[in-house]
Amino acid sequence: MTTAAPSHEAMADPLAGAGDAPATEGRRIARALLRDRGAVLSTVFLGLVVLMAICAPLISAVTGHGPNDFDPAAVDTNLGGLPRGSFGGVSADHLLGVEPQNGRDILARIAYGARVSFLIAISATVLTTLLGVVLGLLAGFYQGWVDQVISRIMDFLMAFPALIFMIAILSSLPTGDRSVLLVTVITVFGWPYLARVVRGQTLTLVNREFVEAARASGASTGAIVFKEILPNLRNSLIVMTTLAVPGYIGTEAGLSFLGVGVTPPTPSWGQMISSAVSWYATDPMYFAVPGLFLFLTVLSLTVLGDRIRAASDAGEAS
Amino acid sequence: MARYVAGRLAGLVVLLLLVCVFTYLIFFKLSPDPALMICGKTCTPDRVAQIRASLGLDRPFLTQLGDYLSGLVAGRDYGSGPNLVHCPAPCLGYSFQSSQSVTQMIVDRLPVSATVAVGAAVLWLIVGIAAGLLSAVKEGSWWDRAAMGLALGGASIPNYVLALTLQYVLVVKLQILPFPSAVPFSEDPLLWFQSYLMPWLVLATGYACLYARLTRANVIDTLAQNFMRTARSKGLSPALTMRRHALRPALTPIVTIFGMDFAALLGGALITETVFGLNGIGKMAADSIAKNDQPVIMAVTLLAAFFVMAGNVVVDLLYTGLDPRVRVS
Amino acid sequence: MSELLVVEDLTVTFPTTRGPVDVVKDVSFTVGRNETVGIVGESGSGKSMTSLAVMGLLPPGATTKGSIRLDGVELLGRPDRELRRVRGEQASMIFQDPLSSLNPYYTVGLQIEEMYRAHRRCSRKEARRVVVEALTQVGIPEPERRAGYYPHQFSGGQRQRVMIAMALVCSPALLIADEPTTALDVTVQAQILTLLAGLQRDSGTGMVFVTHDLAVISSIATRVLVMCRGEQVEYGEAEQVFAAPRHDYTRMLLESIPRIDDEVVL
Repeated sequence: MTTAAPSHEAMADPLAGAGDAPATEGRRIARALLRDRGAVLSTVFLGLVVLMAICAPLISAVTGHGPNDFDPAAVDTNLGGLPRGSFGGVSADHLLGVEPQNGRDILARIAYGARVSFLIAISATVLTTLLGVVLGLLAGFYQGWVDQVISRIMDFLMAFPALIFMIAILSSLPTGDRSVLLVTVITVFGWPYLARVVRGQTLTLVNREFVEAARASGASTGAIVFKEILPNLRNSLIVMTTLAVPGYIGTEAGLSFLGVGVTPPTPSWGQMISSAVSWYATDPMYFAVPGLFLFLTVLSLTVLGDRIRAASDAGEAS
Repeated sequence: MARYVAGRLAGLVVLLLLVCVFTYLIFFKLSPDPALMICGKTCTPDRVAQIRASLGLDRPFLTQLGDYLSGLVAGRDYGSGPNLVHCPAPCLGYSFQSSQSVTQMIVDRLPVSATVAVGAAVLWLIVGIAAGLLSAVKEGSWWDRAAMGLALGGASIPNYVLALTLQYVLVVKLQILPFPSAVPFSEDPLLWFQSYLMPWLVLATGYACLYARLTRANVIDTLAQNFMRTARSKGLSPALTMRRHALRPALTPIVTIFGMDFAALLGGALITETVFGLNGIGKMAADSIAKNDQPVIMAVTLLAAFFVMAGNVVVDLLYTGLDPRVRVS
Repeated sequence: MSELLVVEDLTVTFPTTRGPVDVVKDVSFTVGRNETVGIVGESGSGKSMTSLAVMGLLPPGATTKGSIRLDGVELLGRPDRELRRVRGEQASMIFQDPLSSLNPYYTVGLQIEEMYRAHRRCSRKEARRVVVEALTQVGIPEPERRAGYYPHQFSGGQRQRVMIAMALVCSPALLIADEPTTALDVTVQAQILTLLAGLQRDSGTGMVFVTHDLAVISSIATRVLVMCRGEQVEYGEAEQVFAAPRHDYTRMLLESIPRIDDEVVL
């Protein structure tokens, strides 16, 4: 056997300081983020997008356009259904323009699409984190055959060509709620990446003095896990989950782009971009708007995750 | 060493077998009946049964799986009597759609995927590592901040958005590049290059950004190591100190990651190939999924899994050569 | 005794967020040929910064004042290009943790060889002969074979021997040893100290021995510099300092050494 080659995670082991007061640590990270222009801008943008998603029905009520309301007046049937006016039909009535052919309001679809994208990404993140933490903890804490079984399953799932397989499964399951299916499939193939890190850190933690001390003083297994190990995983979990959300937003959009995600008429950003493909040359705004929203959202979440990681690393170094 | 390699290869075979069983099971249990799809609209139950029989779909799951696996290893025969068709090993069956040999389809399309992967890899390795190195050496400078900001941005663009944007700007608006077409290199090298340029750029962008960040982090980490202080205390030139003492430790871990990324790409850049209409493995996968062409889906899944796992083994073997601390015992 | 190293009023300053901080303040000492001077102090007392300043290896951003003369030549203020010729050739250094101080990716033979070849024009063959000789000198068994080993294949004590072989391969006039035995087992510590003392006696190298361990100093140094928070609190002949410490801090350090005749309280 060989020692495993160092992985992404091993190089930036965020596990240095242990047993600090969570409240002050959280406040310190928050302060560091507030001083960072990129982090503040990202947070503001994300806040706006989330607000837009929550207020989607309100936006529809104000503009008078539901996400699935056709507006034949906004498109020009003589031009093959291209939106009337410049920039994809941007007007006071349709702030972000309309879809070609049927004239659906893009702002309304972006807002409702944000709901779908965020809901799927956040559900998938919660589930993968839950699964990853539980299974990673089990493997790292009990070791032995438990670890063997869990590690082999992780190897197996990580060796899978996940994208092709997700598409294949999703395409062969035509019925049912697409969002639930998406979350399930993403979770099944996503948890090992988190579990691997949790397992590695748990393995080193169980041998640390403070855990041994807790064990020697007769603490129960539950107490050790919840009071000694989990608090020490907190920082890396925060970083991993912040970075998982943009990843899953991208995955959902990609799957919907390939036509196996949420099905029309339900809007999702990826699916909007997908239907814009055949129009990109004549109506670039149609793909530019959802493309830009997708890009900025993923970027904001990535920047935020990156800055949180930097702030928590800096705290551990000092 | 030989025993280690043999062990790893055995592990690879077992994993592939598992992927095979798993994939087969999913399609056997979940997919709509391919016989119905082949049969079309004017279908009679007799005809369906006939098709099912000819495809071997009427037999139990394990028999079908067994046939598939033995076909993969030893080849197999389809049909009987005068209609008998021999499919030589490695037999992956025949496409439900085009009746072509799936093995042949893969052989035809692999060069396209390989071209996409190799070109993109060259691009992202050069750009990513160079930018990361420069950032690390000039840590905190305006270059470092600009490059790392760009890297975050570049890593956040979904590749189909980038693909459409590039295609719109370069082909439609500025008309710098022609529409990508599948012309072989020998016919028109310039058009060939222009056709592959956008796929390369699109694929390389995300990876280059990732590698730049990775390289920067690794180099900064290495520069802070004690052995760098030793190297300086020896009176070595800064160039030698950097080249010999910093670069190798900093770049060796990147080999691992590169191996895995590249192997995964050989199994087809699904989105990029689809968007640019390149007839590689990735597009074949997307097409077969859209048409529920099960033998092809099976084959591309297996192929991609094979590349990922083989890449894993190769990287581990390579690593034992690159990092003296990791030795086979 | 002609002086090899003369340090006068050395001050090392670091910029921090709360303004510049002197990590070394007005330190002066001399080292003669074939003499060992000990620098003692707790961690953070500035003793390592003093030795790094002599080598010109201070972290970027640090500024220096005063004078450091090696063999009568001023080192402070000289460009790095010129200092490179001094490092390894005239002055070399060994560090506390030999494992992390050696590059894990290269054989120890290559790491010693590259130092020799950086300062001497010679063929690889000649350099290899010198490497084997250097390893033999520090007591590495089977030096021809061991030269092809990687640092992780040696024990802690042997790694420090390799570091010593490397530091002495160009026969420098000055050797700076920064806590060279701290990371080692007690028995190995003694072996390394004996080795250093022997090599120094044979080659006539002047040595600066940095440590927090007074017991080690008393066995090896002829003169002692005691440092506390960047300042020099005592400097003199080792025997004198230990017998009649003039400064409270030195007394405190001396009292902190456990003695065999101390009563054991249970």
